[in-house]
Amino acid sequence: MIRVQREDFDVGAELEALTKGNPRIGGVASFIGLVRDMGGSDRVTALTLEHYPGMTEKKLAEIEAEANKRWPLDASLIIHRYGRLEPGDRIVLVATASPHREAALAACHFLIDWLKTDAPFWKSEETPEGKRWVEKRAEDDAATQRWTIKS
Amino acid sequence: MHLLYFAWLRAKIGTAEEELALPSQVHDVKSLLDWLKTRGPNYAEALKDLGTVRVAVNQDYVGPEHRVRDGDEIAIFPPVTGG
Repeated sequence: MIRVQREDFDVGAELEALTKGNPRIGGVASFIGLVRDMGGSDRVTALTLEHYPGMTEKKLAEIEAEANKRWPLDASLIIHRYGRLEPGDRIVLVATASPHREAALAACHFLIDWLKTDAPFWKSEETPEGKRWVEKRAEDDAATQRWTIKS
Repeated sequence: MHLLYFAWLRAKIGTAEEELALPSQVHDVKSLLDWLKTRGPNYAEALKDLGTVRVAVNQDYVGPEHRVRDGDEIAIFPPVTGG
């Protein structure tokens, strides 16, 4: 399931809803992304996330479908927020559920790596020196590339 | 064609979206970007380094050779930084 929303989410309630009524599920993996108070060496007082409505949902659904093709998942969830957020606020939740832990953990890692390089979101930071756009990190591309190497 | 701009490309160009008729010299993404650069100093400045520009046609990422048609939704934006 995909959700793109301005409002916060309740991690406990989301994870409970994800597995409810499915006793086949033996493990749930989750990743929660938070707003950090540092960007490079500067203090960040707030972050604003902009996205491309329509394409965001399309890309997230494609990424989720790809994870379900690669691993035997019983359930998956991606929630991504947009708008203005402050340090400590939740940005994203990725959760995957499977009969065994390996598939859930790997699929969760895959989803957050791919989401960072494929989903059309852009961050701008507020610092004491003013507003600035966050630049892409080469490490993020490398993290996604790892999943394209066939073993 | 319907053009959309995001993040600092929107800020530099000065508009979030616009509807433009497809000029005869524009047939793919590369020729579209070349033509847009001639529309004003704000476009030229925003598009001067195409290494930092990504393009989606009808909500899919495309390369410079991708064909552009009049009814397309074409989005131009910097590399994504979500998650």
